[in-house]
Amino acid sequence: MDHSSIENIGKHLHNFPGGLKLKHYKALSCSKPLPAQQLPLSQEYIIPVSQHLGRPAEIIVSPGQQVKKGQPLSVPGNASSTPGAYVHAPTSGEIVAIEQRPVPHPSGLNSTCIILRADGKDDWIELEPVTDYRQLSRQQLIQRVQMAGIVGLGGAVFPTDIKLQGGAGSIDTLILNGAECEPYISCDETLMKQDPEKIIQGALILSQVLNIKRVLVAIEDPMDACYQKLQTSIKTLGAADCIKVVRVPMLYPEGGERQLIQVLSGTEVPAGKLPVSMGILVLNVATAAAIKDAIIDGKPLIERLVTVTGAGICEPQNVVARIGTPIADLISFCGGYTPGIASLVMGGPLMGIGLQSDSLPIIKASNCILALTHADISSPQVEMPCINCGDCVGVCPAGLLPQTLQMVIRAENFEALEELNLDACIECGCCDYICPSHIPLVDYFRYGKSEQRVRTVERKQSDLAKLRFDRREKRLAKQQTERRARHLKRKQALAGSSDKKDSVAAAIARAKARKQALTTTPRDSDSNTDSGEQS
Amino acid sequence: MEFSRSGAPHLPPENTVSKVMLQVILALIPGILAMVWFFGVGVLIQIALSILFAVLLEWAMLKLRGKPIRPFLSDYSAVVTAILFALCIPPLAPWWISLVGMIAAIVVAKHLYGGLGQNIFNPAMVAYVVVLIAFPLELTRWLAPRGLIDVELLPGLLQSLQTIISGLPANLSWDAITQATPLDLLKDGVEQNQMISEIRQAPVFGNYGGRGWEWIANFFALGGIWLIWRRVISWHIPVAIIASVIMITLPAWLYDPSSNPIPLQHIFSGALVLCAFFIATDPVTGCASRRGKIIFGLGVAILTLTIRLWGGYPDGVAFAVLLMNMFAPLIDRYTRPRAYGKPR
Amino acid sequence: MTAAIIILTSLALIFGLALGYASIRFRLEGNPVADQIEALLPQTQCAQCGYPGCRPYAEAIAADEVDINRCPPGGEAGIKQLADLLGKNPIPLDADAGIEKALPEVAIIHEDICIGCTKCIQACPVDAILGAAKKMHTIIAAECTGCELCIPPCPVDCIDMIPVSIDLTNWQSDKPVPITIISKQLTSADNAGEAVA
Repeated sequence: MDHSSIENIGKHLHNFPGGLKLKHYKALSCSKPLPAQQLPLSQEYIIPVSQHLGRPAEIIVSPGQQVKKGQPLSVPGNASSTPGAYVHAPTSGEIVAIEQRPVPHPSGLNSTCIILRADGKDDWIELEPVTDYRQLSRQQLIQRVQMAGIVGLGGAVFPTDIKLQGGAGSIDTLILNGAECEPYISCDETLMKQDPEKIIQGALILSQVLNIKRVLVAIEDPMDACYQKLQTSIKTLGAADCIKVVRVPMLYPEGGERQLIQVLSGTEVPAGKLPVSMGILVLNVATAAAIKDAIIDGKPLIERLVTVTGAGICEPQNVVARIGTPIADLISFCGGYTPGIASLVMGGPLMGIGLQSDSLPIIKASNCILALTHADISSPQVEMPCINCGDCVGVCPAGLLPQTLQMVIRAENFEALEELNLDACIECGCCDYICPSHIPLVDYFRYGKSEQRVRTVERKQSDLAKLRFDRREKRLAKQQTERRARHLKRKQALAGSSDKKDSVAAAIARAKARKQALTTTPRDSDSNTDSGEQS
Repeated sequence: MEFSRSGAPHLPPENTVSKVMLQVILALIPGILAMVWFFGVGVLIQIALSILFAVLLEWAMLKLRGKPIRPFLSDYSAVVTAILFALCIPPLAPWWISLVGMIAAIVVAKHLYGGLGQNIFNPAMVAYVVVLIAFPLELTRWLAPRGLIDVELLPGLLQSLQTIISGLPANLSWDAITQATPLDLLKDGVEQNQMISEIRQAPVFGNYGGRGWEWIANFFALGGIWLIWRRVISWHIPVAIIASVIMITLPAWLYDPSSNPIPLQHIFSGALVLCAFFIATDPVTGCASRRGKIIFGLGVAILTLTIRLWGGYPDGVAFAVLLMNMFAPLIDRYTRPRAYGKPR
Repeated sequence: MTAAIIILTSLALIFGLALGYASIRFRLEGNPVADQIEALLPQTQCAQCGYPGCRPYAEAIAADEVDINRCPPGGEAGIKQLADLLGKNPIPLDADAGIEKALPEVAIIHEDICIGCTKCIQACPVDAILGAAKKMHTIIAAECTGCELCIPPCPVDCIDMIPVSIDLTNWQSDKPVPITIISKQLTSADNAGEAVA
């Protein structure tokens, strides 16, 4: 029987094509007793204003200003077409500068950051906790989520309020994603172990916002402890009729939104559409917990669980770090680097961003700081020619032909990319990892996508320019014909008033008069031109 | 602390081209040993000769093309080509057969097409077909397998070397040590309207295929299965080839066993098993998608049988593989997997 | 003999009529080659090519009156595309027409200097300048094509071209550079670290 449908979501598990079974290294960062420790206050916080997908937020503070913990520093712009999110002060202190600083980003570029010097008091602004969120309306709840600056904490950092706003009314299933499939990362697992009630409370709030009766919490098969804890909190909170925990087999990249939907429902999200179009909303478990904090405690998103791990770290563990904390502070809290340290990554080993320095701040998207040694990373490998082995095709969860795409991108044949569905690539890195020729496939795909994007933008711009040019030409032509018509009319009017002879005589008279004027006043006109030139 | 930035993924690669090729070479060893047992040490001499020529030519071509030598020589692809070719030629063929073969394989089929990864045709099979067409006499001089001739007659190391380098020593004659292969006999017999059972009376036939040949095939299959288990090759092409051969020949055999050989004979004679596991699975000249691989294997099987039954050559795997090589890009084009979320 | 002549003549007549009919029945409106060329031109409307806009230049190329290398905003990449389309050889950009900019630029009006003369407004081919007589003018950056046609008419030199800044929103990935030669790094594993650094 075919169980692939949204109605049966979560009842039967399905497969997605490809994927990799990877060594997960999660135990490395899970050895410390829970709960995860809170990082002590740093001296200075670096808070980038664009930590979310969309436009940078508008800064509402200025250097020299004193701020309290949780005070908004920047607000989303007015433009409703592009999403934005609030950013808050992680502690109380003084804004010392607003400047360009390097931020964790694949480009390695700088971005506008607010620099906050902590005063050590750690004073909260006045919080507005809610005793019974059930009294609040949907809009009020969404507004509180927005004011708390909550974005998707799984790494996509899409503003959550916009997701909720867009999904209201059309959603029937909420999936809380706890299937942390990338190796090394264990922050979601830690959260599920230490604060399962928060997640379930968040889920209950979300089910009220979305007015739904079905919430699935997806966790990976081996996370037995999480399963028990979540089940217990579901029971204590009396949510067993609407919240279910589903264990999915461990296979990278199962935690990807689209892959998880495929595993749970057996159906795919149509290309170019969002899961919302199928009535599904996917949020990270950490996002749900942050929503509970925002609604019930009134606390904005100023800290998150971060996994600090890898062979390059002396004491790998999960810590609660404030947004804006310099990564170096996390490292020293975790015992510093081991001697073999070679590279620093934000995120997991397959999709993470290489960092140029540990002076960069923790941002809302930082789920993991991974310090790798020389043994972990490959020495630079010679890129061999593609031998068409098809391993990449076999592991691609998006059903693409990485080897063909790579060839097409190398040849800069960008027109062919659409037919080869490059847009379906989720940059999971499976093909890149498996490739025996060590071709940096994902780098090629990023380049191809970026070229495609540039081309689309350029095409749009040139279309706009052409449209405006054509309209202007038309307008000028119209003006000219109108002017001519007016001219003709005047002429005709003139001709109508007197007969031909008169007009000829008048013209002669006019010419004579002009001649006379020229001969009589040559000097005046000369001096006029001179003065004109001088000015 | 500052670091150098690198793109994801940040994991050491699991696999390398040279690892793949080395495992293929390893997997060939049981089959090679079986061949040495049945046909003498000449097999090893041919392999050594071909590898020598292949590596020298590869080095020269890389030099000429201005490519880095080290990474490309250490990928062992030329060695694999050389071994596969050497396994296809008679063990006592003269040395220049390997030279000509390797020129065809490495210089023409590989580097003139752009080197590793760019060649359309399987280099080993191009080499084999070139020497097969150019030197038919030398290529038919297959030794009689052990058990069919006196053990004393099996040439030893020195004799084999001498034969390969300067021709057959005076005390031996080709007629004494060579024998028509089972496929030759089958082809001739069928053309003379003999019954299969009659043809199979000849001593070269074993239980299913040729005597000795069937054991060699088994050992190659062993290596091939190891490759599948190691995930160096996928099961699709070998299974597609062997299954298609059985499916195609089974009805004919059931219908009239007197004029159609049992399907197992088709599999266990000639180079079919070697082809199924080691030659048709060459990734460069084959298909990348799973469905493509199955179609590719089916095509190889059909063409091989067609050539065996109606063609001018007793075994057709080389031609079948080369013909399917031409279709591989087309097959890949039409067996593209459906991308996530896209309509079929 | 006669039969052959008659058959051939009638065949010629039939095919001639068929061709004539087809040319009327399937006639394409406009100038399809010029349309294709125009689609490749950047629509900057800068007139650096010597024609009053991209469309006239496209028509001139289609009529083979001018070379394909007179479009500086399109640059070498644009010339290559045109060459591909027309089956010509790519030629270097004609320096008389101008030079290709490294980065896209937009015009900016220094609003403290502007006297509100409206001359730039009349010069702008895409109506990307906002303003009225005696009122300060400003450029709609999103619609500016960077054609520089507004610069010469300005009597007070208050218009400058500034490159479009690269930030996180419009950043582009680089094409990966294949590592082909690595002999030294491969020889010793100890060097791997240095090679990374």
